Amino acid sequence: MDFKFTEDEEKFRREVRQWLEQEIPQRWIELDPGIWEETEESWALAREFQRKLGRKGWLAPSCPKEYGGLELSHMKRLILAEELAYSRAPLSIEVEVTVNWVTPSIVLFGTEEQKKNYVGSVAKGDIIFCLGYSEPNAGSDLASLQTRGVEVGEEYVINGQKTWCSYGHLADYCWLAARTDPDAPRHEGISIFIVDMKTPGITVRPLINVLNRHSFNEVFFDDVHIPKENLVGQKNKGWYQLVIALDFERSSIGYAAANQRTIEELIKYAKETTRNGEPLAKDPLVRNDLAQLVVENEVARMMAYRIAWMFSKGLHPSYESSMSMVFISEVMRRTANAGMRILGHYGELDRDSKWAVMNARIMRMCLSSLSIGVGGGSNEIQRNIIAIRGLGLPRK
Amino acid sequence: MDLGLSEEQEMLRKSARDFLQKECPKRLVRQLDESDEGYSAELWHKMAGLGWMGLAFPEEYGGSGRNFLDLVILLEEMGYNIVPGPFFSTVVLGGLSVLAGGSEEQKSEFLPKIASGEIILSVALTEPTAGYDAASIKTKAIARNGKYVIKGTKLFVFDAHVADYILCVARTKQAKNPEEGITLFLVNAKSPGVKCTLLKTLARDKQCEVVFDDVTVSANSIVGRRDAGWPIVKNVLRRATVAKCAEMVGGAQAVLDMAVSYAKERVQFGRPIGSFQAIQHYCANMATDVSGSRFITYKAAWKVSENLPADLDVAIAKAWSSEAYGRVTLSAHQILGAIGFTMDHDMHLYYRRAKAAAIVFGDADFQCATVARELGL
Repeated sequence: MDFKFTEDEEKFRREVRQWLEQEIPQRWIELDPGIWEETEESWALAREFQRKLGRKGWLAPSCPKEYGGLELSHMKRLILAEELAYSRAPLSIEVEVTVNWVTPSIVLFGTEEQKKNYVGSVAKGDIIFCLGYSEPNAGSDLASLQTRGVEVGEEYVINGQKTWCSYGHLADYCWLAARTDPDAPRHEGISIFIVDMKTPGITVRPLINVLNRHSFNEVFFDDVHIPKENLVGQKNKGWYQLVIALDFERSSIGYAAANQRTIEELIKYAKETTRNGEPLAKDPLVRNDLAQLVVENEVARMMAYRIAWMFSKGLHPSYESSMSMVFISEVMRRTANAGMRILGHYGELDRDSKWAVMNARIMRMCLSSLSIGVGGGSNEIQRNIIAIRGLGLPRK
Repeated sequence: MDLGLSEEQEMLRKSARDFLQKECPKRLVRQLDESDEGYSAELWHKMAGLGWMGLAFPEEYGGSGRNFLDLVILLEEMGYNIVPGPFFSTVVLGGLSVLAGGSEEQKSEFLPKIASGEIILSVALTEPTAGYDAASIKTKAIARNGKYVIKGTKLFVFDAHVADYILCVARTKQAKNPEEGITLFLVNAKSPGVKCTLLKTLARDKQCEVVFDDVTVSANSIVGRRDAGWPIVKNVLRRATVAKCAEMVGGAQAVLDMAVSYAKERVQFGRPIGSFQAIQHYCANMATDVSGSRFITYKAAWKVSENLPADLDVAIAKAWSSEAYGRVTLSAHQILGAIGFTMDHDMHLYYRRAKAAAIVFGDADFQCATVARELGL
């Protein structure tokens, strides 16, 4: 047992931290877009930053060097993810989806040409994928998806509707799950495709999230013709590929690191703010709230470390990732709640008010944290995974 | 970074689990819980024979020279199986105090006897205020003719009724800072004026009221330096708190295992109740609690073992594990339903202990207060 990072890992952390201090644009810090709050301006900044990250090799840390990756150790990837999130670096959810799900899937299941074409571009920061998984009638029950992919000559023709496609209006490609054999049992007729979002027949319609921002979309596929070589892996084996991809690198360390930053800001606020002539930090309820958050976030951080450690040992966490995910999502909601209790009325104010505190982070978090614990597999589904895969409880 | 156990630790864990399953069945646990002594001399000597008592003592004092982390692994297994008796008092509280503060002579005299299972120790720290802070120490030791006379009442003292020696934390000087002026005395339990009364408790663990009624002890019985005993107490409390977390992790794992296997076997509405999502989600939450407690405890134990500043991590581990073990036992009772509400079922043995473990060395609120202080609030 050893909870220390090696000297080399600590050096890497310092290098990342120093680089981020220098490279995060001032304008981004002013805009301070939280999760699900990107605007066109912030998106443009993020894309530019992504290319810089790409030049460092940090956009494809896990990928083989021959495709432009770095083949970083699992511990260094953990450190990188932790520092990126803690520093609130210009990244969106879709960068994480692209880096953590799509590229490793292409490396694992893709053809040589796909690896060369897409992995290299991701590594350079040139392209972004959106996920084409959910449909109006296929959410938690993803395997019931109905979007069709029909093989016609040298092409597949896609018809159907996807929804909750985060940044579908800005992404270059869609990582699409479609039904290619409607007669097969439902898990055995799904395939994965790479679809260029500029292909004729694709219509993207905005959905406005609770932060009043355009972050996700409905995407309609109306006779969209895509070349056959855009099938990833085996036809009709998409479900299995997709399930394996769900287990990639879901340590949730980014959430724990981002939340730690917020908790530290709350602590600072409590130290610097007086109420009725007394520092907030002397209020026993405030002290207890803050201590509780620190305790919970530390537990979350250890759960995330555990995932990275398991990977480093050649083990394959599955339900452990679900634990980490469920846990941090609930810690984040409790952080928003406790933050509101500590800030009181001030917690309600949006950033345009001169009275706003902590850049309105807590009120924004109250809204944004609703999505964590739903997206990427709801907490109920995650708990099913823990119970069935982790504890061996029966399905029926 | 390595969150796993070494090969040696895995072996220790496995041999402990096998040994306890065989030698400490629940039938024995119940029998000891119901008895006044609360321990089995036979089991005690077998454990000593395996080297458990001296596990974390240096070889020169009859120990195995393993480290604190190894002791933590052993305690996790003892928590898993439940082992009634004065192991925690003797080894963790008493033994580590002597190791931390004792003179060469004291270490040479007492540690080998602890390691061989020859003597039982108890630590008399808390008093009727039931607090773990230095200000709560009111019991006085007054110097008289080169000796000391101890007077005061200690409460919630584990295993004093069977102890050969009681390490008494007493005040030898009134100072502005309550942490100054505290001295530790290793008192022969048979000394005139020592009176132990067993308390009847929820966990049926053996806690005592110990009255020191003008107990005369020699200056040789001081462990550490006069008036400077509190740092030893703090050092040992830090270790004991993590050690208790380890027991809780083991206990919580046992409760989870018990509940999951019941959920797989118990059939209602024509299917195992473990196939219902309500039950599955209870189990998922329990597993998450157990796992969270384990790694946060290991982290604190590692810091303590490495002699790194650990007060924050220890408080975090205890704050979390106390509540987590409580939740796990409550959920298990819910899953077990009526059968869990019987004396026949083992579940209540854990539930009772979870309650006691949550309180000892400071409950979650107490630990959160420490966390807040450590954060500079």
